[in-house]
Amino acid sequence: MDATTHPPETHHHDEHGHEHHELGFWRKYVFSTDHKVIGIWYGISGLIFLLFGFSLMMIMRWQLAYPGTALPVIGNALGHLFGPGSMPDGKMTPEFYNSLGAMHGTIMIFAGIVPLAFAAFGNFVVPLQIGAPDMTFPKVNAASYWAFFVGGVIMLVSFFVPGGAAKGGWTSYTPLSVIADSGPNFNPFFNGQTLWLTGFIFLITSSLLGAINFITTIIQLRAPGLTWMRLPFFVWAQFVTAFLLVLAFPPLEAAIIMQLMDRTASTSFFMPAGMVVNGAPMHISGGGSPLLWQHLFWFLGHPEVYVLILPAMGIVAEVIANNSRKPLWGYKSLVFAALVLGFLSFVVWAHHMWLTGMGSAVSAFFQTTTLIISIPSVIILSAFFISLWGGSIRFNTPMLFATAFLPMFGIGGLTGIPLAFNSADLYLHDTYYVIAHFHYIVAPGTIFGLFAGIYYWFPKATGRMMNEFWGKVHFWPSLICMNVIFLPMFLQGMLGMHRRWYDGGQGWGVAADHVWGLTGFQWNTPISIAAWIMGLAQIPFIINFFYSIWKGKKVENDNPWDATTLEWTAPSPPGHGNFLKPPIAYRGPYEYSLPRRGKDYTMQNEPIEASELATAHSARVPVLH
Amino acid sequence: MEIPYTVSARRDTGLWNAKVGIWLFLASEVMLFGGLFSAYIFLRLDAASGEWPHGLLNVPVGTMNTAILIASSVTVVLAWAALKMRDLTRYKIYMMLTILCGVIFLVVKLSYEWPQKFDHFGAFIKEDALGKYEQYLGNKHLLEKGLPPRKEITGHLHNHEALTDPNIKDYEIALDPVNADPTNPAMDRPHFWPIPATDKIATIEKEDVQYANMFLPKHSAYFASYFTITGLHGAHVLGGVLVFCYMMLPASFRLYRHNPEHLANRVEVAGLFWHFVDLVWIFVFPLFYLL
Amino acid sequence: MNNPPDISPVDHETEEYAHEVRRHVRGYLMVGGTLLLFTLITVGLSYVDFGVLFSHLFHVNMSEASGRKANVTVALLVATFKAGLVAAIFMHLSAEKRLIYRVLVFTGFFVLGLFWLTFLAWYDPVHR
Repeated sequence: MDATTHPPETHHHDEHGHEHHELGFWRKYVFSTDHKVIGIWYGISGLIFLLFGFSLMMIMRWQLAYPGTALPVIGNALGHLFGPGSMPDGKMTPEFYNSLGAMHGTIMIFAGIVPLAFAAFGNFVVPLQIGAPDMTFPKVNAASYWAFFVGGVIMLVSFFVPGGAAKGGWTSYTPLSVIADSGPNFNPFFNGQTLWLTGFIFLITSSLLGAINFITTIIQLRAPGLTWMRLPFFVWAQFVTAFLLVLAFPPLEAAIIMQLMDRTASTSFFMPAGMVVNGAPMHISGGGSPLLWQHLFWFLGHPEVYVLILPAMGIVAEVIANNSRKPLWGYKSLVFAALVLGFLSFVVWAHHMWLTGMGSAVSAFFQTTTLIISIPSVIILSAFFISLWGGSIRFNTPMLFATAFLPMFGIGGLTGIPLAFNSADLYLHDTYYVIAHFHYIVAPGTIFGLFAGIYYWFPKATGRMMNEFWGKVHFWPSLICMNVIFLPMFLQGMLGMHRRWYDGGQGWGVAADHVWGLTGFQWNTPISIAAWIMGLAQIPFIINFFYSIWKGKKVENDNPWDATTLEWTAPSPPGHGNFLKPPIAYRGPYEYSLPRRGKDYTMQNEPIEASELATAHSARVPVLH
Repeated sequence: MEIPYTVSARRDTGLWNAKVGIWLFLASEVMLFGGLFSAYIFLRLDAASGEWPHGLLNVPVGTMNTAILIASSVTVVLAWAALKMRDLTRYKIYMMLTILCGVIFLVVKLSYEWPQKFDHFGAFIKEDALGKYEQYLGNKHLLEKGLPPRKEITGHLHNHEALTDPNIKDYEIALDPVNADPTNPAMDRPHFWPIPATDKIATIEKEDVQYANMFLPKHSAYFASYFTITGLHGAHVLGGVLVFCYMMLPASFRLYRHNPEHLANRVEVAGLFWHFVDLVWIFVFPLFYLL
Repeated sequence: MNNPPDISPVDHETEEYAHEVRRHVRGYLMVGGTLLLFTLITVGLSYVDFGVLFSHLFHVNMSEASGRKANVTVALLVATFKAGLVAAIFMHLSAEKRLIYRVLVFTGFFVLGLFWLTFLAWYDPVHR
């Protein structure tokens, strides 16, 4: 793809007097240290993992709708692909069902969303939006991609070792995860759970390196005049996300090291005394605590969910401002809400542990902080809604996805409130209600935000537009299917249907109760059908994406959306070093609805004119360094 | 294409890039070791009375290793100062000393401390069999003094085959002084100088043993924590030593000739990492060796 | 991008700065000595039986468990002091910029939160 081909005007490099050597194919496209190339690599890899993780779920949905029956057409082939323990005669084994569940979660979150939302969009857009030539540490940037790559590959490989991939949930709760995948039928190191742990260490390393790069870049490489409160909200969102990754991931890394020790060196970090497995007492010292794993896991786990949502919120902010042709409402509130959200996210984690027997004092603490953290989320969502008011809204494909994000995230967020109370959670914990809650936030929430971002920044990366018609063909079925999939899950959860039931609830009494005309179990069928249709609805997107790279309609200028932020002043696609002239920011990021010079917007790098100094609006003199 | 602020500071933040980067990295390391320390706290608080051992590590050697690491912290900052003063010879001397100290630290740990532990044996006696081994545990004496009970018999295992052969029914141990003479008041608290195992042999029946093993990570939550934290810390020491070696390679001296401040900055950043490693050890040493 | 080449300052600026650094060298050596001394102090204090000591000094009966807790507290205080010296002097934190302080303050807050809340969850279980 053409992301880093040098634009025709490369002579400016020689003016600088430093060597400009033509990099070979491998250095330019594969082992590049250019943030745009790395961003695109992260993007493509993330999308592939998202597709893979989603496919795992589509397979699971057959089992949930028609438990115990053979998956038609591809069932036998899958059984051969994933080994003898997976789908003999096309019928799913419980172990394989558990592997699919655990890996769906793990891959979607850590190999799909985080690389795409944080690393891909962040890498490509942030340096351009702040007027920087690249990230502060380009080699570290490349290293972070390759660490992610290795981690992702290890996760994939884990499907094909004896015993199959990890089965203990994406949360890998101990002591089950310590005793899982061990014994005579398993390799002591190349088994699903140990590979999961190992792959995770690479993924964490990748995120840490990337996050350090982002924070340093945003602090140090902002263009002259680009003060903190002139940053696009997308940059603020990535900044907070990076801090969450830097500070929250390491305790989980420590816990993973300890679980690896428990599995490979027979230590008892998480193993209590007196454990009996398959009738035989375990020959371990004991003295460990299973709860310790949960604390360290969720210490990351909660900030992680804000890692998943913040970049998408940032994208939605950019797309809404651009397509309503007015400034974002409440910029300062948005920034402070994002900062407070990041801060509070570190002290709410035990709301994932309401059923572990915590007393009233500690529970009261976490309930209070959990409820308080809903406030900044509401502020952000409200600011977005209010931003639409009175705008001249253009419903192009990015805007469709961005506006759909708003009610979808609203549903996801509001349905989290009952879960914040340990009393209500006593009933709802581990039911489909929880699945519906978090999927509403991540699936029609974050992923729609990411789709908006792809359609929006595609012309900057490639110099071509994605097709609008097929964009809408992608959007509408996706939106409808998302709701058909996840809305009934709230009802299933309230009936009492549990997560991770391999037979979809067929054998359980609560699933035989009726809700909205069908039994809880019967709802699995329309949900599964909607999931498969949603899979089909992604095909136009995939084709549109690749087709448009080479054959999409070429942009007429570098700023096809008439946007204000600095990335649109660079060529489409930008060359090595990004900007033909180093940008200087004179204004805030959302100067829309101010008619000047025949346009309804003013870009951030347009100097202040004398006529403007009379008005209070953009009268700030640039702060140059 | 030049990335600005790699050597000189940006005016509004007052910092050059790598300095911001290394402090962020150190923040993540604080959280990493913090996770391990929180595990230590959790496991130690959760341990029943008498189940968290004391006095099993060699304090004089640990103290010496601590001193070596502190010395290396001094030498690395002197190396950086020498570079800032453009004194290349002094820089080389201090950097070599730093590397030497780091290597000594690792060698002492990996070739003496750890193997010594692997060679030592401990058997936790079952709750209901504690009375049977009173002659080695001295719990009546401890109870009178208000001290926590002893539940473990330690020393040198004579019949190693007992660990793997189910047909062998007991362990033969050359007892440590604390189990050879448990009612001696001198044995109530750990000693500074390690006292070697005695010649007194005890036979412990396997059916009375809750769990027994050499002093490996799997021996107890204590040793699991000890080996994991010191192992991870040691990996960081090794990493630091390797980076310092790179600072002594021709490539670094070439950088010094053409942009000495850049090398000084690199050494400062590596030095910050090294001081953090020292800082972690300052907490590890008392928590595991002394308390 | 037209950035000036990022190289070292000129020689005479270096000399003034070098003079400053020379003054700091004595400080580094003194701090190093202090750290070694306090290492010995830590070791020594760990063998003090605070239970017995407090009973003699203040004529209060201190249990063995509380004595042990006192040992832990004292050792951690000394360790914190030593760590503070390393951070402030060797890592130049006492002269560092605001931004670094802010990052570290938040880090410290979160790691202490991790310790305290995990402890609290252990300390406060549901009572049967």
